[in-house]
Amino acid sequence: MINVLGWTLRAPSVVTRLVLVVGMSVGLMIADYKGQHLERIRVGLSIALYPLQVLAAVPAALGSGAVDFFTTKNTLQGSNAKLHEENLALSSKLQQYDALEEENNRLRKMLGSAARVADRALVAELIEVSNEPFTRRILIARGDRDSAYVGQPVIDAHGIVGQITQILGSHSRVTLLTDPGHAIPVLVNRNGLRALVFGTGDPDELRVPYLTSVADIREGDLLVSSGMGGTFPPGYPVATVTKIVNDPNESFLEIHAQPVARLNHSKEVLLVWPGAGKKTEKK
Amino acid sequence: MSFNNPNTNARIMIYGSILIAVLLAVMPIPQWAEPFRPDWVGLVLIYWCMATPERVNVGTGWLIGLVLDVLYGSILGLHALAKGLVAFLTVKLHLKLRMFPRWQQSVAVFVLLLINQLLVLWVRGAIGKAPQGISYWTPSIVGMIIWPWLFVILRDVRRRFRVS
Repeated sequence: MINVLGWTLRAPSVVTRLVLVVGMSVGLMIADYKGQHLERIRVGLSIALYPLQVLAAVPAALGSGAVDFFTTKNTLQGSNAKLHEENLALSSKLQQYDALEEENNRLRKMLGSAARVADRALVAELIEVSNEPFTRRILIARGDRDSAYVGQPVIDAHGIVGQITQILGSHSRVTLLTDPGHAIPVLVNRNGLRALVFGTGDPDELRVPYLTSVADIREGDLLVSSGMGGTFPPGYPVATVTKIVNDPNESFLEIHAQPVARLNHSKEVLLVWPGAGKKTEKK
Repeated sequence: MSFNNPNTNARIMIYGSILIAVLLAVMPIPQWAEPFRPDWVGLVLIYWCMATPERVNVGTGWLIGLVLDVLYGSILGLHALAKGLVAFLTVKLHLKLRMFPRWQQSVAVFVLLLINQLLVLWVRGAIGKAPQGISYWTPSIVGMIIWPWLFVILRDVRRRFRVS
């Protein structure tokens, strides 16, 4: 029994509570799915619950801290030498790259098409990997203040990682390529064949549907972003084709691919503002 | 706030255990271990709904589900709905569940966790993000296997702190 302003009310029965709760949940889901009305509530709640997220990340941070602490001098020297070697190799490649870019822009000018514009990028630290089973999302420490926006492409040193889908104050949520709700337009790097790459929810597995058995695609092909749809900048590596199954009963090929970016290893990712970087100098 | 007050004690124990379950649910673990992480929140919720249905009820389940929605970044209301429904079923069946031998209880808990997962799968399928593959269901199996141990631990906690 509850007493409200002189009225005696019976506590609601379990069934009444269920009806209430189902109504509220369905209402919330529709509002969240159909419109952006709930963004503010979500941001408020995420900020309120941020301590929980930090607390949950403590054991993993302690673990990696302990690993760092016990890393021997020997290992460090080894990794340092390796990095040095890698750096040398990369710088020599970069020299070629500068010359190639110059040449490419010259050729493009001769063809009358626009010069490629460099993209601005910003490093973002990974805070947390979302653990809702079978969604692939990560939380990064960049948000409003860094002028990140919903739909912004995120890459790492190897290729495209995904795109920002929620801005939550000072951090934001990135949906990875491998999320079952994610798709990205690509080109086969070898011949320019257009395709779409879908996530499956599996951390190492992508699918390339809607290609018929006459499509010129082979195992080992590199798929790069095509820039169509405007979300992702063109030319970044997305995935490599790992397996092609041609079942004559199906109208399309079953194509498996693997993301190029190291989605499960990187601690830092890069936010990209397509075309916002300094223009390549023209002579 | 007095710690000798049994009512306060009970609240601390119940919400403390639920908090730990939420932390275990969102704690980063290696990728390969992901399918074997049981639904800690669901298990603890089922226990408290069974042991103290006057305290932990449909509303509690809904709120915890909403917290999960925010932490997971899923569509708001999805886990809230699933956890509310699980709480409802457990409260409805709590007298029977208490009487069951331990293994039978495990099976009932398995069914409750499956209902939870099925609901989540439906909604996510409806908005076009359905996960594929058999490993989606392993958390419920793991949950069923660890239920007897979790039950004993939570029961001892409940008796020591005289939560009723």
